[in-house]
Amino acid sequence: MMPQSATANILTVLDTDFKGIIEEWLGTQVKEGVKRSDLFSDAESRNQNRELLKAFSKGIREGVAGEDFDLDDDKWDDLRAVLADVSRERVNRGVTPTEMATFVLALKTPLFKRLEALADSDHSMLLRDVMLVTRLVDAFAIYTNEIFINEREQIIDRQRQEMLELSTPVVELWDRVLTLPLIGTLDSARAQEVMENLLQTILERQAEVVIMDITGVGTVDTQVAQHLLRAAAAVRLMGAECIISGISPMIAQTMVQLGIDVGTVSTRSSIRTALSDALLTVGYVIKKTEAQ
Amino acid sequence: MPLPSYAKFDESDLGAQVLLSQHRLKTSGDAVTARQAVARYMKENGASALSVTRFATAVSEIVRNAINHAGGGEFSIYVDRRRKTLTVVCWDNGPGIADVDLALSDGYTSGGGLGRGLGGAKRLAGRFEIRTAVNAGTSVLMSVNL
Ligand SMILES: Nc1ncnc2c1ncn2[C@@H]1O[C@H](COP(=O)(O)OP(=O)(O)OP(=O)(O)O)[C@@H](O)[C@H]1O
Ligand SMILES: [Mg+2]
Repeated sequence: MMPQSATANILTVLDTDFKGIIEEWLGTQVKEGVKRSDLFSDAESRNQNRELLKAFSKGIREGVAGEDFDLDDDKWDDLRAVLADVSRERVNRGVTPTEMATFVLALKTPLFKRLEALADSDHSMLLRDVMLVTRLVDAFAIYTNEIFINEREQIIDRQRQEMLELSTPVVELWDRVLTLPLIGTLDSARAQEVMENLLQTILERQAEVVIMDITGVGTVDTQVAQHLLRAAAAVRLMGAECIISGISPMIAQTMVQLGIDVGTVSTRSSIRTALSDALLTVGYVIKKTEAQ
Repeated sequence: MPLPSYAKFDESDLGAQVLLSQHRLKTSGDAVTARQAVARYMKENGASALSVTRFATAVSEIVRNAINHAGGGEFSIYVDRRRKTLTVVCWDNGPGIADVDLALSDGYTSGGGLGRGLGGAKRLAGRFEIRTAVNAGTSVLMSVNL
């Protein structure tokens, strides 16, 4: 047999037994415990492995010059595209970065075995081929990790955005009593939206008391405090009374250290006391029934 | 333009510390992420709820300052080898603070805030150090016992 380049040998191996390599790759993934059969069906796994290996072969065929390659090169576009899809899917289903990297690295064994058979005891050739495969698969794994982490950050970012945009409903608890249950982070954009919504509802419902409940706000820093105090001032300008409820002892202490002065805004530790005070203001009392 | 070293804390200011995580500060969402990371590490290491609330609020103040007054920066969280203290460093390459005492005083703001963030952070954190110079950025180091 004519001596072939390492690239040619690897391609020979891939072309001769493409299906066999996929099956063994899947098998190694099972052994390594990274084939998540709880998350992916066999058909899904097989398909993803096949598409990845196809794109990997194409990259080797077109994107390896001598023994040099660069996965950022456009010759590797296909692999990057398939990886992006596979990673997105895996991130969404809760696969970890370690599992993902091990999954790619599991491709080495089936390739090594076939190169060994091909080399037929020409050890220096085998070593050369194994070294190139190792570099290729390692680069593949590192690249996968980058894409995977990138994908994960995007998802986290999107979720964060969604959380921030959670609309804050203004709830009419009773005639002329409104409550605004604030949750999460109150950044400037959201504070503005919440305030507009609140003032509009005060007008529509002829509200006399507004309870802003911050039980669900984890951190009250100077910015959040400023938004709350501004909202309270606006509520009062519209002729309604404003009560801020849900100030935990920890938040109260922290606000004192920050030197935040709530001035004349009424505050209550719980929404419960705020509610009974609010009802009193509009002329109602909460009373226990006789039968109890 | 490289930053003069006096405006940035480095490893020698910290002693032997493990860098737990580093965060880019650019958007208000980044401030939330940084604050939440600190809160998570503190809880994992058994800090009390009060201590978490206080320190996370201090962190919120200094990272928001970097974002609002300096256009962004970088935030790092360190823990000492025996996990006794958590240290954070917030660094930016912004305009710096000409008069630190004035900036620390309650009610001073250059931009329509309450002007209580910096002084408040100093009162809330166990250790608080600030390094800054005009046009050389601002760096704040804070730590809390775990
Ligand atoms: N990283 C920084 N870079 C430049 N200037 C800063 C920085 N941090 C604080 N300052 C200056 O110090 C002043 C006081 O900061 P402080 O955090 O106390 O108040 P604030 O940010 O204006 O309002 P808030 O009470 O909402 O935090 C700021 O207005 C600003 O001029
Ligand atoms: Mg501030």
